[in-house]
Amino acid sequence: MKRHLISAADLSRADALLILDTAEELAQLADRPIKKLPTLRGRTVVNLFYEDSTRTRISFEAAAKRLSADVINFSAKGSSVAKGESLKDTALTLEAMGADAVVIRHPASGAAHRLAGWVQGSVLNAGDGTHEHPTQALLDAFTIRRRLTGGRRGAGLDGLRVTIVGDVLHSRVARSNVLLLSTLGAEVTLAAPPTLLPLAVGSWPCAVSYDLDSELPKSDVVMMLRVQQERMSAAYFPSVREYSRRYGLDAARMARLPDHAIVMHPGPMNRGVEIAAEVADSARSTIVEQVANGVTTRMAVLYLLLGGTEFPAVTQ
Amino acid sequence: MGGQGTGPDRWLIRGVTVAGYGGREGRTADILLSGGSIAAFETGLNHSGAHVLDADGLIALPGLVDLHTHLREPGREDAETVETGTAAAALGGYTAVHAMANTDPVADTAGVVEQVWRLGRAAGHCDVQPVGAVTAGLAGVRLAELGTMADSAARVRVFSDDGRCVADPLLMRRALEYVKAFDGVIAQHAQDPRLTEGAQLNEGEMSASLGLAGWPAVAEEAIIARDCLLAAQVGSALHICHVSTAGSAEIIRWAKSKGWPVTAEVTPHHLLLTDELASGYDPVFKVNPPLRTSADVVELRRALADGTIDCVATDHAPHPVEAKETEWSEAAFGMTGLETALRVVQEAMVDTGLLDWAGIADRMSIRPARIGRLAGHGIPLEAGVPANLTLYDPASPPAAVVSAGASKSRNTPFAGLDLPGRVVATFLRGTPTVLDGKLA
Repeated sequence: MKRHLISAADLSRADALLILDTAEELAQLADRPIKKLPTLRGRTVVNLFYEDSTRTRISFEAAAKRLSADVINFSAKGSSVAKGESLKDTALTLEAMGADAVVIRHPASGAAHRLAGWVQGSVLNAGDGTHEHPTQALLDAFTIRRRLTGGRRGAGLDGLRVTIVGDVLHSRVARSNVLLLSTLGAEVTLAAPPTLLPLAVGSWPCAVSYDLDSELPKSDVVMMLRVQQERMSAAYFPSVREYSRRYGLDAARMARLPDHAIVMHPGPMNRGVEIAAEVADSARSTIVEQVANGVTTRMAVLYLLLGGTEFPAVTQ
Repeated sequence: MGGQGTGPDRWLIRGVTVAGYGGREGRTADILLSGGSIAAFETGLNHSGAHVLDADGLIALPGLVDLHTHLREPGREDAETVETGTAAAALGGYTAVHAMANTDPVADTAGVVEQVWRLGRAAGHCDVQPVGAVTAGLAGVRLAELGTMADSAARVRVFSDDGRCVADPLLMRRALEYVKAFDGVIAQHAQDPRLTEGAQLNEGEMSASLGLAGWPAVAEEAIIARDCLLAAQVGSALHICHVSTAGSAEIIRWAKSKGWPVTAEVTPHHLLLTDELASGYDPVFKVNPPLRTSADVVELRRALADGTIDCVATDHAPHPVEAKETEWSEAAFGMTGLETALRVVQEAMVDTGLLDWAGIADRMSIRPARIGRLAGHGIPLEAGVPANLTLYDPASPPAAVVSAGASKSRNTPFAGLDLPGRVVATFLRGTPTVLDGKLA
């Protein structure tokens, strides 16, 4: 593993499998009365959040705390950022405070990459602009493997057909998932209106379709992306209703899926826009599991990046 | 050999190869500079009392002329001043630069253009020809007082809202028409504003994978096509700034084939660098228009070689460190380029066999001076012409570019890159501004 996790492209298949297998080990902790391991005792993890994302921040915070790390939450609101401090100066401040790892969420693509050039510790990208969100892809891969292959150690996602639906153009979740899931052997198809796909999507390791209905019967996994509020008024599609009719996952569309297929969403959902309530709440939906798996997967990443002193021998 | 005075201001440049003289490859001659002019130009000159510069192996070019320089003064003296920017120009072999209008205050009145012009004369490193804004405050709403700037001491002939596009087609038409009265030219920054809202990087594979908002080629090409048609319609001179795409070159080639009064420039960086350099999100590679693909670079070189693109212009755009040491999307657009232009062009055009040194003289001095309506510059070297010239050593072994130079800013995208050649000396009306690669 590299020192940082900035892009899903940083992960080889072996790296990705090591993370997923480690997460499987750690998942067993969740069933114990005491959910904490001493592996990162004395290490400091900073959550540096320039965007409001309570769910992601809490997930990383829980992951770090369950490994006994000290956690410092640094949010853009009410910090020196509001006074206009540059990312570099913030990085130097964190460096001086002895951060072993910085988890960064930032509205600018490449912010994690830039930060990695300014700090000694590990940088963990928790979402940078419209670029990537690699731990989301890892937790999605973990969820898919658990649901569809029984979480078998060492297993990839070979041959599984994953359809990612919606605003690919602006989605860091889609970028990371295309890279990671294809690394793990899945066959990824992007289904979206042409306006919400990058023009150069042909160079990505995936297929592209403008027709969601034709993809559903052959999908093992359907991953719905959130439609951001600001896209709704920027001519990417004529109206929210039309988007929903053509690319929303409602009960009728869900019925076209194979029986074993699962429905995923990185959250937060726009119920009634990209996903209907009865789909979100159905047995196929993994949305709540994804949240739980997020903590476990992020524990695995922190553990492996920070090289914890002892492997958590949970199974013994 | 008339017109020779005596004293220290006479220079004998011995054994220099003159681009284009006596055949395409040029041949060696001795040049005597005296009284601000080339007093003699022949072989075997032997003149006592003059400084002698042994120019064996050096090439003499008419002093380079930049149509597109941001000197930042007034307003952003932290990034550059007329003094430091023109010093950088001289070190790059330039004897004249056109100072762009997007200063603060904007160069949209006679007062501001005369101020810049006077600062240039005071600095003395090279001639500074101010460019006037097309629209008041670069706001794109109403014309600036173009005629008053033309009649001012600064004698403005090139007008540009560079940094912004004159996007309103009616306003562009009026500007083109209006400047005919005083032989002006409108230099367009071709960028459709709606197609580039929030744009960060050339729209393509790199922008898609980096998650940076795409800057489509059509945003440039559509404006160029429109403006070529407008220039043809009203019979006015149009100049296209920093052409960056293969499609733009194709449109300009077509417009020229019709005989329309269109000229164009390309920057050194668009002749050498591609958008793949953005992969590390280092904003030193962030520029407007953006770096494009290697296919674009190939076509831009071809268009410069065949004359479709008339000249190289630096778009020297200095920025302080903090404007670049940031997230990509927060960073300022622009690169410095005056000190490296000729070396980059040697690498991209001469060492590839696309242009010879006579071609370089044409594209970096003669044509830009003509487009800029600049008297006394861009004149092929011969006896009797003003002694504006550059001595260049093309055989100087490739050396890494250092970011620290005469410019106040350090945002060169070429830092660390091995480039051939070296500017040895620059003469402005017979007086050295650069000797042995250093400010004289």
